[in-house]
Amino acid sequence: MRHIISILIENESGALSRVAGLFSARGYNIESLTVAPTEDPSLSRMTILTRGSDEVLEQITKQLNKLIDVVKVVDLSEAAHVERELMLIKVRATGKDREEMKRMADIFRGRIIDVTESTYVIELTGASSKLDSFIAGLDAGLILETVRTGVCGIGRGDRILKV
Amino acid sequence: MMISGAEIVIRCLQEEKVECVFGYPGGSVLHIYDALFKQDQVRHILVRHEQAAVHAADAYSRSSQKVGVALVTSGPGVTNTVTGIATAYMDSIPMVVITGQVPTAYIGQDAFQECDTVGITRPCVKHNFLVKDVKDLALTIKKAFHIAATGRPGPVVVDIPKDITAQVCEFEYPKTIQMRSYNPVVKGHLGQIKKAVQILQEAKRPIIYTGGGVILSDAAPQLTELARKLDFPVTNTLMGLGGYPATDRQFVGMLGMHGTYEANNAMHYADVILAVGARFDDRVIGNPDHFGQEKRRVIHIDIDPSSISKRVKVDVPIVGNVADVLDELLKLVAGGFKANPEVANWWKQIEEWRGRDSLRYKQVEHIMPQYVMEKLYEVTGGNAFVTSDVGQHQMFAAQYYKFDKPRRWINSGGLGTMGVGLPYGMGVLMANPDAQVACVTGEASIQMCIQEMSTCKQYGLPIKIINLNNGMLGMVRQWQEMFYSKRYSQSYVTSLPDFVKLAESYGHVGIKVEKPEDVEPALRKAFVEHKDDLVFLDFIIDPAANVFPMVAAGKGLTEMILAEDL
Repeated sequence: MRHIISILIENESGALSRVAGLFSARGYNIESLTVAPTEDPSLSRMTILTRGSDEVLEQITKQLNKLIDVVKVVDLSEAAHVERELMLIKVRATGKDREEMKRMADIFRGRIIDVTESTYVIELTGASSKLDSFIAGLDAGLILETVRTGVCGIGRGDRILKV
Repeated sequence: MMISGAEIVIRCLQEEKVECVFGYPGGSVLHIYDALFKQDQVRHILVRHEQAAVHAADAYSRSSQKVGVALVTSGPGVTNTVTGIATAYMDSIPMVVITGQVPTAYIGQDAFQECDTVGITRPCVKHNFLVKDVKDLALTIKKAFHIAATGRPGPVVVDIPKDITAQVCEFEYPKTIQMRSYNPVVKGHLGQIKKAVQILQEAKRPIIYTGGGVILSDAAPQLTELARKLDFPVTNTLMGLGGYPATDRQFVGMLGMHGTYEANNAMHYADVILAVGARFDDRVIGNPDHFGQEKRRVIHIDIDPSSISKRVKVDVPIVGNVADVLDELLKLVAGGFKANPEVANWWKQIEEWRGRDSLRYKQVEHIMPQYVMEKLYEVTGGNAFVTSDVGQHQMFAAQYYKFDKPRRWINSGGLGTMGVGLPYGMGVLMANPDAQVACVTGEASIQMCIQEMSTCKQYGLPIKIINLNNGMLGMVRQWQEMFYSKRYSQSYVTSLPDFVKLAESYGHVGIKVEKPEDVEPALRKAFVEHKDDLVFLDFIIDPAANVFPMVAAGKGLTEMILAEDL
């Protein structure tokens, strides 16, 4: 099943490779991984999107907790949470496609953040599935480049991940 | 007072009460070796290869309760330690490895003797550090010792660039340490422990299955007391031998791939397993699907939550230090424990299995390796520290040398590293100077670290090398005989040295033994007459001898091949 793991980890050099190394060494998969410092610069927050059975997920959380630099681990998808991913997508925007691109961006509540005579860069935020549908809705031939941040997420309400 | 990074390293070792460091100097650690030279509190043992330094530090730790320490230079010094570090990691041995690194400004420039130490060792350490500021040095070393020895123990690498060892700063060794990201659990959950006692009382066919965790947490006395109170059968893993007295009636022997008939059957057919500091690994339970066919309840005590429900589903997990949890368990049991009366029938069944005498072997005209082990046990009165390499000889030692005390059986269980035996002997003797030490090995394994005979001469380490020489990679040959239609691909060891002369050339004593009747006299000669010498006993053994019982790879625990079947 699809799981979103959130990790608070000491912001030390090499912390990312400890986590990435653990996943590859034990054969767990990473669909996306994002990491950045938190409001406390000594801590980084990492979000990993992974898939696996309940047993595999149990092992992933336990193994992550074993890493000395890891302070806390939660499986966000165990309870109510919000998840978002950001995508920047560069598309061809000429002739009748120019108007169509604008319309598509509006429908998905995206924003055009760069404009040239022949291209747009559209910024789109949402759940990963929304970004997927946006891509699916475009003529593949018009997509010049895409870049996605990977999923980040946060628990709803009182669910707080903090030291 | 301002002191140099190199002096700080040595002062930290002194503060940690480190008596002995195994190492090998080189460019990046010259400042540290200079600081070492100027004091006499920390003794340095110069090995002949960095791999041996780490193995020796590892055995120093295994045979005592102390953290082993190794010191090596950058680049090849580090890469040579990797096998040793991985060996210690697999068996959860507390160890600190201090490695030199090229100066900070050279890192990443492919400098002479540079390698990415933190990167190379990351997958096989509990943790590692690269020190980037001399002011962090003392705290980092403190953390390294703390992390190595607490929780589930393991090796920790501290990589120190050469310029850091030259820079100076004030030295203060932290007395205590707090890490927000590392707080291992010690005490077990009382509710879970109570539940465990309840299940143990209901058990009709119980077994106590214990591993290296009992040894590492020094819980052999508690385990023994508990097992006697419950009067349940006890089996040990390879790593757990000595955790319960092997000569005791309740001991059913080692279990697993080469476990006894009674241990494997009792484990498989038990309705309640009390697993203590053991991890149900593939060499222990055989095919997990076959093992899963029997309905049973499992209580699992382990300090590492990730060991629980990893390979076998556990009903009552108890996370905590084995010794502490057993203390709690003992208190509850003392308050009145009523064993299920059906356990008596279980014992009858176990005695029947025991009656198969699965370790029986045929005497032939050649020396049988099992016979050498039995005689070794007799001659040393069961009191020796036995180190071993990896292969058939390791299994023979585990099966036939009856360990009554913990920390006496020193071998590479998890990684299965050939070549550890001799450096392990060195480590044991440094930690236990008056001990009798037997290194049980084979002509193949011993050659993987044989250069250490020179170290043994330099420091006068009277190891008795029990070389079970069959001229073959015995365990490989056994598999090829049984599963590859006797195609003995690359399992012959030809062009062997004359081990007697080799030992003599290093200044030791060598004895070649070719007849069964000479085995005991040769051992007595080695352990009595040459008590203070390293003696290389080259036993020319039956090349056809195999290890039985055997659970073939992929087979179930009860699907054993016994010697009598062939």
